[in-house]
Amino acid sequence: MMAALHGMAAESTAQLLAGAWLTMQLTALAMLVGTTLAFPLALMRTSRHGWLRAPAYGYVFFFRGTPLLVQIFLVYYGLAQFEAIRDGFLWPVLSEAYWCAIIAFSLNTAAYTAEILRGGMMAVPLGEREAARALGFSRWQEIRLIVLPRAVRQALPAYGNEVILMLKGSALASTITLLELTGVARTLIARTYLAVEFFALAGLIYLLLTLLIVRGVRLLERRWALPGQAIETVPGTRHGDLLA
Amino acid sequence: MLLGFGAQLAAGTLVTVGLAVASLAGGLLLGIAGAAARMSRRRLLRTAAQAYTTAVRGVPELLVILIVYFGASAAVGRVAALFGVTGFFELNPFLAGVAALSLTFGAYAAEVLRGAFLAVPPGQTEAAYSLGLTRARVFSHVLLPQVWRTALPGLGNLFLVLLKDTSLVSVVGLDEIMRKSALAVSYTQQPFTFYLAAAFIYLAMTAVSMAGIQVLERRAARGMEWSG
Repeated sequence: MMAALHGMAAESTAQLLAGAWLTMQLTALAMLVGTTLAFPLALMRTSRHGWLRAPAYGYVFFFRGTPLLVQIFLVYYGLAQFEAIRDGFLWPVLSEAYWCAIIAFSLNTAAYTAEILRGGMMAVPLGEREAARALGFSRWQEIRLIVLPRAVRQALPAYGNEVILMLKGSALASTITLLELTGVARTLIARTYLAVEFFALAGLIYLLLTLLIVRGVRLLERRWALPGQAIETVPGTRHGDLLA
Repeated sequence: MLLGFGAQLAAGTLVTVGLAVASLAGGLLLGIAGAAARMSRRRLLRTAAQAYTTAVRGVPELLVILIVYFGASAAVGRVAALFGVTGFFELNPFLAGVAALSLTFGAYAAEVLRGAFLAVPPGQTEAAYSLGLTRARVFSHVLLPQVWRTALPGLGNLFLVLLKDTSLVSVVGLDEIMRKSALAVSYTQQPFTFYLAAAFIYLAMTAVSMAGIQVLERRAARGMEWSG
């Protein structure tokens, strides 16, 4: 009896850890793709041309104004409504819950990250841009060499928040059959009826991952800090920022 | 309209709005209590509030909803077993949703409100006391109006997040927009149509909320225009 219980505990732990690994994978991939998309989006949002600004604005408004759950369902269930997609060459990818989750998460975080980047770009002092122009920089050089490096530093704390939000959002992958951390907890509960125990365990693992992200972002902030620009060290505030 | 499911979606929208408003009220209360505890002179209260805000903000909202729903059901079951009644007890998903979303909103709101309180210059409180105002008066007439003004943008953002998080309560069986849409999908086999319709309902609610928040912000900033 005891041996059986021990065996069960070991098996559940192994399953939860496998779920946590999938959670990390989903979060990392979505952030990678989403951040890549966010740069052109942010540049479009701050463009001088209305025909570039308008579609970027619409994109951001749609993805920030609707629940992530709707977005996942639209990709996973919704796209299958169209025969052209079911017969298309992308169907092997679009019929897989894993890729649908990655696509929905990436599109979602791209909208939020683009806004964070835009905020960082707006915070770059106008004098620096004028100086770049006075030195004869082209528009592209000005953005690439002056604006973006500054904007990325400025945006880092808010970006850390976004990574945490994505980690938490990845729990929604369990609604389309994926066995990430929340999904594993739900199946274990269906089998054992130990609801509170397994959900609490999953929650603890999420909390641990969150703290890891907070640590990682703080490390990056310190590494990228410009000499002469002190990092706030008021106790507690950094952590508060990152979770806000 | 919508293949005869328009009325269903409208009913779902009402449930969603009710859930959001009830959770906003509960969340604001928890947020005020949390902010007060974070700034308390008692260490125990400060630690408890810190643990609450950190734990809730580090755990997925979906998991909070599942924990509240199944946890409360299990607790009710255990209490009932003491009285010799056995079986599975299902909690009302609306109440579970309000509890879970209030917990989430409260944890974030506590931080926003704490920041807003700390932003009021201490000289103002001192000046109010030296004018002979009571503690309650200082709170309601000096601190609160200013806290309200500084906290409003942050609280407004949290409400927009809350509005979208209501969709997660569909997972424990509440008949709000998402579940009504899923129902329509199962009858019509048109997932894209109905989830897109749901998306536009959320967009409309977001747009209306944003307009409302802006009105509140403008009202709260009356007489402050010159200082930006």
